[in-house]
Amino acid sequence: MALETSVIQNKLIENFGLKVADFFQQHDIFTFEVASDSIVEVMKFLRDDATLRFNFLTDLCGIHYPDYDKDRQFAVVYHMHNWVDNVRIRIKCYLNGDQPEIDTVTGLFLSSNWQERETYDFYGIIFKGHPQLKRILNMDEMESFPLRKEFPMEDGGRTDKDDRFFGRTTQNC
Amino acid sequence: MSDLLLPPEHRYAKVIESRRNEDGSELSILNLGPTHPATHGIFQNILLMDGERILDGEGTVGYIHRAFEKIAENRPFYQITVLTDRMNYCSAPINNMGWWMTLEKALGIEVPKRVQYLRVIIMELARIADHIICSSVMGVDTGALTGFLYVFQFREKIYEIYEEICGARLTTNMGRIGGFEREWSPAAFKKINDFLEEFPPIWTEFENLLTRNRIFMDRTIGVGAITAEKAISYGFTGPNLRAAGVDYDVRVMQPYSSYEDFEFNIPVGKHGDTYDRFCVRNAEVWESLSIIRQALAKLPEGPYHANVPDYYLPPKDEVYHNMEALIYHFKIVMGEVPVPLTEVYHPVEGGNGEVGFYLITDGSRTPYRLHFRRPCFIYYQAYNDMVRGQMLSDAIATLSSLNVIAGELDA
Repeated sequence: MALETSVIQNKLIENFGLKVADFFQQHDIFTFEVASDSIVEVMKFLRDDATLRFNFLTDLCGIHYPDYDKDRQFAVVYHMHNWVDNVRIRIKCYLNGDQPEIDTVTGLFLSSNWQERETYDFYGIIFKGHPQLKRILNMDEMESFPLRKEFPMEDGGRTDKDDRFFGRTTQNC
Repeated sequence: MSDLLLPPEHRYAKVIESRRNEDGSELSILNLGPTHPATHGIFQNILLMDGERILDGEGTVGYIHRAFEKIAENRPFYQITVLTDRMNYCSAPINNMGWWMTLEKALGIEVPKRVQYLRVIIMELARIADHIICSSVMGVDTGALTGFLYVFQFREKIYEIYEEICGARLTTNMGRIGGFEREWSPAAFKKINDFLEEFPPIWTEFENLLTRNRIFMDRTIGVGAITAEKAISYGFTGPNLRAAGVDYDVRVMQPYSSYEDFEFNIPVGKHGDTYDRFCVRNAEVWESLSIIRQALAKLPEGPYHANVPDYYLPPKDEVYHNMEALIYHFKIVMGEVPVPLTEVYHPVEGGNGEVGFYLITDGSRTPYRLHFRRPCFIYYQAYNDMVRGQMLSDAIATLSSLNVIAGELDA
């Protein structure tokens, strides 16, 4: 008995109305957008509903879109997996570029603890209610958020590397 | 408390100040790591101890963080395999193949059946190499060095097979978009056949040495146990989850690279403890051997790469004599290949669990965003929960049974 994506879509729209949007199938994963203020309720519903049963949080990560509108400059992406019907979904939450904040889902999935810390570490996205939101892979003293697009990969002042002939500049290296 | 390695404001320092046992003894702090013979990699555990019992722990990771996700955003697609090598370096080919399959999914490339079978063979060899290390190191950490030395010569044999196929041993950088860089030589097949012949008796002997060994069983049964519910909530995948009794395996759930063509079992444990993890890994080695045999028996004839001139380097002699080939060669090496605007997530069953690649492209020569789902990073956060209340020596056995690879942990 497979779980149809239309069932997921209808159930979510029925329960959350305008908080969920932009449903589409991308390759093998059904993708949609959730308003950032209701992510916890939506994920709880997806996990606990008797037909949906998305019991596993596969992955959680951030994305930076500096060229988008102010309210959509960051995204947190959740991949969930229903092991009974073997269906994967991808949830995207867009956040404000100046104040990227979203509620933590550590209350639902223990695995999100470090993944949210990692996302905070690299993007500066604040997970409200997280038990221990501090840097995890980078050193605590660091001030910037290195996976944001404006953060250069290398020190722009390096003179020992001359890549001009390979189409590379300090901006795109 | 001035001689503590921790800052005085650390929460454990306050606990130590405020708590005395009934007999007047105090608690202490132990730094397990960052460099410790038992961690097999660089990560730190600050343990709050009452005598030899662990009351609480706090993990610090990131000592070998190399910013792979940032580097990946600045490199053409074919240059990213070398980053995947360096995550789980005990089974690098699985990561390599996973990355190529992710790209092929994004680009819509269908690879020939022969390539899929060859990939299965190399991925299963890598899984065996990974499990050899983990299982034998568990023996070392519980005091039995012999088994480790005995089976490690077969890891060397697997590395010789890698060498025959791609020229490298540890960080393999194997394969290309659409297939392999060259046909597998007869010597490679001979080495694989020799391995299939010589390894099983040795592995049987290794299992005999430890599986029913009283000392080993006493050291591992009931140690570092985790329930299935908790393991799922903590995001466990792979052998560690299966030891808790959940038969989740990406190879079966979402078959890639023709895994659906092969018959194999998923070994599961029951209690989720160190001993079950050991047994599950050992049983998986037998299944992997069976998959390799089936793949060799059914190996179809055909090309060793897909016909995708946009992404696959032309033969070298054509590059020297043929204008068209030269142009393709140049464009591929410079990373200027056509890439659609898309997002894909592709999981493969790595040595430690579900290795996932979440790729977002924007049509340029580099990924817009590439996120690695690293199973180690996700399940290692359960470690403190698993060792709480146990003895220090149990914590060491638990750590080695989780098979935490520092490179994968820190990316």
